Amino acid sequence: MPRPPAGKVGAGVARVDAALKLTGGAKYIDDYRLPGCLHGATLRTAIAHGRIRKVSFDPAFPWDQCCVARAADIPGANNVLFIEADQPLLTEDKVMHPMQPILVVGHPDRAQAYEALKHITVEYEEEEPVLTIAESLAGKKLLRGEDNVFKKFLIEKGSVEEGFAPADRVVEGEYRVPHQEQAYIENHGIAAWVEKDGTITAHGSLQCPYYVHKALVKIFARPPEQIRVINAVTGGAFGGKEDYPSLIAGHAALLALKSGRPVKLIYDRHEDMAATTKRHPAVVRHRTAVSRDGRLLAQDLVIIMDGGAFATCSGVVLSRGTLHATGPYECPNVRVRSSVVATNTPPNGAFRGFGVPQAIFAAELQMERIAAALGLDSVELRRRNAWKVGTVTSTGQVLKESVGALKCLELCVQKSGYTRKRKEYAAWNRSKGKPTWRGIGFALCHHGAGFTGSGEVMLASRAAVSLAKDGRIKVLAAATDLGQGAATVFTQIAAQALGLPAALVEVEVPDTALVPNSGPTVASRTTMVIGRLIERAAAGLKAELVKAAGRVPQDRAGLRKAARSLCDGGPARRFEVQYEKPEDITWDDQLYRGEAYGVFSYAAVAVDLEVDRLTYEVKLRKVTTAQDIGKAINPVLAKGQIMGGTAQALGWALLEYADFRGGWMRNSQLTNYLIPTFADTPPMDVLLVEEPYSRGPYGAKGLGEMPMDLSAPAVVAAVHDATGFWFDSIPVLPERICAEFIKAERPL
Amino acid sequence: MIAFTVNGRKRSFKGPPFKRLLDVLREDFGLTATKEGCGEGECGACTVLLDGKPVTACLVPVCQAQGRKVETAESLGRPGRLNPLQRSFQENAGVQCGFCTPGLLMSASRLKKTDPEAVRVGLAGHLCRCTGYMHIVESVSKAPSPLRERSTAALRGRRALARRKR
Amino acid sequence: MTVLRPRDAAEAVALYAARPAALPLAGGTDLLVLWTTGALNGRTVLDLSGVKEWRSIRKTVTGLSIGSLATHAELRGDPAVRREFPLLAAAAAAVGAEQIQNRGTLGGNIANASPAGDAFPALAVYEAAVVAVSRKGQRSIPFCEFFAGVKKTNLAPGELIASVVLPYLETRPRRQLFRKVGTRAAMSISKTAAAGLLWVGPDRRVRELRFALGSMAPTVRRLRAAEGLVKGKRLGRELAAEACELLRRDVSPIEDARSTAEYRLHVSQNLLADFLLGTQGSH
Repeated sequence: MPRPPAGKVGAGVARVDAALKLTGGAKYIDDYRLPGCLHGATLRTAIAHGRIRKVSFDPAFPWDQCCVARAADIPGANNVLFIEADQPLLTEDKVMHPMQPILVVGHPDRAQAYEALKHITVEYEEEEPVLTIAESLAGKKLLRGEDNVFKKFLIEKGSVEEGFAPADRVVEGEYRVPHQEQAYIENHGIAAWVEKDGTITAHGSLQCPYYVHKALVKIFARPPEQIRVINAVTGGAFGGKEDYPSLIAGHAALLALKSGRPVKLIYDRHEDMAATTKRHPAVVRHRTAVSRDGRLLAQDLVIIMDGGAFATCSGVVLSRGTLHATGPYECPNVRVRSSVVATNTPPNGAFRGFGVPQAIFAAELQMERIAAALGLDSVELRRRNAWKVGTVTSTGQVLKESVGALKCLELCVQKSGYTRKRKEYAAWNRSKGKPTWRGIGFALCHHGAGFTGSGEVMLASRAAVSLAKDGRIKVLAAATDLGQGAATVFTQIAAQALGLPAALVEVEVPDTALVPNSGPTVASRTTMVIGRLIERAAAGLKAELVKAAGRVPQDRAGLRKAARSLCDGGPARRFEVQYEKPEDITWDDQLYRGEAYGVFSYAAVAVDLEVDRLTYEVKLRKVTTAQDIGKAINPVLAKGQIMGGTAQALGWALLEYADFRGGWMRNSQLTNYLIPTFADTPPMDVLLVEEPYSRGPYGAKGLGEMPMDLSAPAVVAAVHDATGFWFDSIPVLPERICAEFIKAERPL
Repeated sequence: MIAFTVNGRKRSFKGPPFKRLLDVLREDFGLTATKEGCGEGECGACTVLLDGKPVTACLVPVCQAQGRKVETAESLGRPGRLNPLQRSFQENAGVQCGFCTPGLLMSASRLKKTDPEAVRVGLAGHLCRCTGYMHIVESVSKAPSPLRERSTAALRGRRALARRKR
Repeated sequence: MTVLRPRDAAEAVALYAARPAALPLAGGTDLLVLWTTGALNGRTVLDLSGVKEWRSIRKTVTGLSIGSLATHAELRGDPAVRREFPLLAAAAAAVGAEQIQNRGTLGGNIANASPAGDAFPALAVYEAAVVAVSRKGQRSIPFCEFFAGVKKTNLAPGELIASVVLPYLETRPRRQLFRKVGTRAAMSISKTAAAGLLWVGPDRRVRELRFALGSMAPTVRRLRAAEGLVKGKRLGRELAAEACELLRRDVSPIEDARSTAEYRLHVSQNLLADFLLGTQGSH
C-alpha cells in the first residue's frame, strides 16, 4: 500500500497565493470596481486640543453633488467600540488630537471629494495641548480620569528591598524608544455598501474582521447578522490594521447608508501616516542588584508609555510590555510598575511586538550596562541568567517545557563568529588606516505567544474545517493573510491532520458571513492557537471520513463520494471546534500572577556593522539570528517572517523617526519617514531552533512578532563595540554618533 | 488624444493629458496590477516599463507616454504559466503581502546583473516592508539570467518568423 | 490645467515667450509630486519632452555639451561622461534610484535649484556653463552664478535651459572625489555632498584645488578660501586642518529635518581633510 501523502508540515512549500500575487491577479481593495460608487474623503481636526466651535460650508461649492456624513447621521453610538468605547467615530465637539475625523464627504470623483474638504471651514476654541509623557504625568491638563493614566500595572515577585541588600553592585539605567510607523506598502482602504436586505457590508484592508464587525454593530445599532465584514487581499499590516479599520469602515458605511451608494474610502500615504496608529513611545527605568559573579538579585523597573489621545489597545500593549520587562532572565526579586498615559497626539496602537520591543530594548541594554559594570562579557552574563526549564518568571509562572533561550544563544554565538569578531574588530578599530570602525552586538529575548493571561479564554476562538457536497475541503477561520502566510500554513496543517495532499485543501476568505470568530489576527497566535484549532477540526473530519469510507479518500472524486453520506443532504458538513483552556493554566488578572502565556518563544541575534570614520554612517554587514519557534510548519515562510521583522527592527534602531511636533507627525511621507531600502538591509542568516510545545500544532509556537523585539538593542551594542559610545535611545543617527565624537574630542 | 502601446496592444486615451499614467492604467484600462503606495516616486510599487525602462507610473503624466511602449506586470506570465522570474519568486518566497511585487518584477526583469550586490543596488527604488529583502534578492539571483531569456525569446521569435516565411 | 507640447526647440521657446508663467516639464519627477497635491490646478505646463535636440550628449572641440533633457541614467552610462567627467557620472548614479534616474533630467535637476541637487558639486568643480535660450537668443551662464537662492535661478523670464557645457580638463587630476552623504543608502536626499579635483605639480606643491559642497548653503558652494589657501603649498596635516577651518567661510549649513548644522559641517570637514591627505575614501 502506498504511504498516505502528507500535508507537508515542515516543508517550505510555496505560498498558496503566490501565483495570483505575481501576476497582478490578487485583488486589493482599491483594485475592485464598484459601479456608481462615491469616493470618500475625511475632514480632520487642525488643532491638537480644544473644541470645535463651528463648521461652515462654502455656499459657492456645489454641495448637491456631494454626500456629507456627520456625527448626527450615526444611527447608533458615536464611538468605536474596541477595548473601551472612548474614541468617537466623528467628533462634533471635543478635539483630542490633530487629524481627528470630523466628517466625511463622498463624491463620484475622488479629486472632487478632496476638493470639497477645502471648502469647509472649521472654527476652534483651542486649549493648550499635552504633548509628552512628562507633561501628561505632571497633570498639566487632565485629558483622562484623575491622572491621565489609561492603565497601570504592578508585578511583584519576592522582595525588591531584600534583593538589593546583599548586592555587590547596583546598576541603573533609563532607556527611551520613539514612535514607529508600520509603513505597510498598501495604505488603509475600505469599501462599504448596503445590501438590498439592509446588510451593511465592509470590505477592505484589515487584520481583524470580527473587531470591525463588533464596532459596526454598535455604530449602526444593528443585529450582528446585518453587519458583514470581508477581508480583501491585504498589503501588509504589522498591527497597523488592527483597530483603525473600524473607524474607516464606520466612515465608509455611514456614507454608504446616507447616499445609498457604494463608497470607497482609500487613504493616501500622508493621511495614513499622519492620522493612524503608531508604536507607543516609552521610557523604561531599570535598577538592578547583581552579585559579583553576575547573578541578578533584584530588578526594580518602571515603564511609562505614551498612549496618545484614546485608549485603543494601549492597556494591553502595556500589559505585554510589563510581562516582558525583565528580559528572559531569572531573578528572585522583581518589581515592575508601569503605566500608559494620555497625550494630545493621534492614538498609538498595535505594531508587531506590541510592547515587547520597548521592554526588550531597555532590558538588553541594561544587561550590557551590568556586564560593563562587572567587567564581564554581556553574552556570558546572559548565559548565567537565561531562562531554562524550571525557571520561575516574574509572575510566578514555572516554565515546564519548550525553553530554547540558551540553545538560541549558543547557536547564534557560534554561527555569527561573535567571539572571534569581537577580537578581530578590536584590532581593526585600533588600526589607523581603516575607513570604518567595526562592531558586533548581541541580544536575547522571549516572546509570549498568544493572548496574555486569560485572554485566550475570553476570546474563546472558534475555527472549522468543512467538507462540501462537491468534495471540496475548506478551512474556515477569521484569521487573515496579511502577507505572513497564514493561508498557506493553514492548508499545511489541515492537510497534514487529514492525511491529504495540501492541494485538496482550500482556505475560505475571512468573511464574517462565512467563517466563525477565531479572534483577531494578532499576538503571534495565528499558527499556534488557530492552527491548533484547525488541526483539531481536521481531525474531527478525518474521523468521520474514516468511519464513512474506511479511510480518507485521496482524491476529489473519493471525497465527493464520502461527502454524500457526511453532508446528509446539506450543502456541507462543518467540523467546528473552540479553544479550550488547558486545566493547569491559571491566571489572576487582579494580582497579575500565574501563567502569563501558555508558552514563550525565544530568539538571539548578533548584529555585525561598521561605522564610517568620515561620515559616521552605519552600514550593516550581517545579521545572524537563532529563533526557537517550537516547530516551523513552513520553514521558508518562517524565515521570511523573521527577516522581515528583523529589517523593521533595524530600521527602528537606525533610521526611522516620526517627527512629532505640536502633536503632529511632521514627516508623514515615505520621502521623509525613512524605512530601510534594499541597499540598507544586510544579508541575514536565520537559524531555526525547534523546541516543541506540546499544545501547539505539531509543536509550533508563535513567531510573527519576536523578530521585531531584539535587534534594536543589538544594534546599539554593536555601535558601542565599534565606537565606544553608548546610546540609551534610538534611532542612532549619524548625527548623534558625530556629536559624541565632537564631545569626546576624539580625533579621526 | 494620446495613443500608445500597453502590453503590446494599441491604446488611446482621451482624458486630461496630465492624468498620471498610473491612474490611466488602473482606472481607464482596468490594469490594476500596478499599485500606488506613496504617490511620489518613493516606494516603487507603481513601476512599469516605459520603452523598456523602469519608471514610476505615478510620476509620468500620460501625455509623455504618447507614441511609446508601456509594459505592466499583466504582460508577464499568467497564474498557470508563470515566467521563469515569477516562478523563482514563487519558489524562493520573494512574495509576502504582494503589494510591491508587480512593480518589483518589472524592474527585476530588466536587471543586467543579478549577483546579490547588483540586485540590491538595482532594486533600491522599491520599498518592501515584509520580507527584509533577502528572499527577493535570492528570487532574482536564482532566476534564469534575464539576458539569456531575452535572447532565447528573440531567437525563438526569429525562428518562428522564418518558419512562417517558408 | 493646460499642457503645451512643443515638438522642437524653436517652438518651445516661442510658446514659453507667449506664456512665461507656464511651468516647464522635463522628466516630471518633481512636478508630478506637486500635481498630486493639487498645486498645479489651473496652471499651464510646458512639456519639453518632445524637444529632441535637447536630449543629446555631444563632444565639441572644447568640451562636452550635455542636452538639458539627458536623463541621469544616460549621464551615468555615457562613455564620454564616464571617461572625461567621472564625478558627474557618479553623481548621476547617486540620484534616487533606477526609476528616477530613467526619468529625471540634468536640466530639470538644475532648474529645480534645490540646495541638495545631486549633480551640482560635480558641475561646480568642472566649471560647467549653463546654456539658456529664449526668443532673444542664447547665453551662457557660469554654473556657480546660475543660482539665486533656494529654489531660485538667474534664468530670465522666457529662458529655458538648452544644455550644459563642461570644458575638458587640461590635465588629469591627481585625485578626485564625489561623495554623497545621504539620509540612507539609496533613495535619499543629501545632508552634504562633496566633489573635489586636485592637481599637484612635480614639486609636490598644489597646482590647483577645486572643491565644492552641496546642501551646505542655499546654493552649491565652491570652497574659494580653502582653494586659495592650499595653492602652491605642500599638503600636510597642518595645512589640511587650516583648510578645514577656512571651509566655514564659504558655507552656511543649517539645522533641518534631515540633519544638524554641526554634523554637516563636521562631516564636510572630514571629507575635505581626507581628500587633501589622500588617506582613506578618496578615488
